[in-house]
Amino acid sequence: METPVEAKVRAMARTRSTAVMFATLLLFWLMLIGNLTLDALIVGVLASLVIAVLYPNGISFFTELRATPEAFVAGLRYYGYFFKELVKSNLRLTAIVLSPSLPIRPGIVKVRTRLRSRMGRLMLANSITLTPGTLTVEMDSEWLYVHWTNVESDDIEAATGAIVAGFERYLEVIYG
Amino acid sequence: MSSLLAVVGGILLVGGTAFLLFGAIGLVRMPDAYNRLQAGTKTTTLGTLLSLAGVACLHPEWALKLLLIGIFLLFTNPLSSQVLARAAHRIGVKKAPQTVVDRLEEDLAEKDLGARP
Repeated sequence: METPVEAKVRAMARTRSTAVMFATLLLFWLMLIGNLTLDALIVGVLASLVIAVLYPNGISFFTELRATPEAFVAGLRYYGYFFKELVKSNLRLTAIVLSPSLPIRPGIVKVRTRLRSRMGRLMLANSITLTPGTLTVEMDSEWLYVHWTNVESDDIEAATGAIVAGFERYLEVIYG
Repeated sequence: MSSLLAVVGGILLVGGTAFLLFGAIGLVRMPDAYNRLQAGTKTTTLGTLLSLAGVACLHPEWALKLLLIGIFLLFTNPLSSQVLARAAHRIGVKKAPQTVVDRLEEDLAEKDLGARP
């Protein structure tokens, strides 16, 4: 049985999640429409409200975000690191596809994450897919199965260190 | 000022197109579905982002909308590749002969054995 206090906490969490969804949708709508006239605003508010209410479990950018200064700094550093890795992964891939011998040693390895939040795990899986030689194939709670173009190690600890640790460090602070 | 922006925009567009070309070459040369997805995902993401940045330099008034497209791209591109890779693995798409290890298949086989009476 759920106690009244627990029910209240859950209801508050749901209200907060709906509000976050609403704000995100409205922000994107306003960026897309590019003006702040009254009719654009009314349409945006109505549409965002309906979607936010219909999808209480939807996740967005700001779901489960920790609104602290540390999280903000970690967010900036995360994006810096992310774009650096994205460029690196493209250069490495270019070198592979342009070399006549096609030097690959592919395989699917298993890694583990410490992240608990849904958004944190989503961002981690996405980041892994966009970084050098790795592609998330399957997720099973804390385990991720990652396709690796050049398997450096199929040991769980070593692979986690090479693939997950770089992003986890920042995402842990941002989403938990 | 605007001519400098045009030059920067042109360079970004050429850079983006180059990565898209390398991605296309990767699609042809890679040996199996998973490696092709890798080539496709990374290069299309950076290639398209660079192209969008190039267009933003040439048409600064579109910058906000281009940024929005970039954000959607960053979220949806890896997600769709992951879903494709997962679907490929589930229906048993063949892996390249060079493949050295497949932990996912090992774990799935273990679970199947455990489920049998």
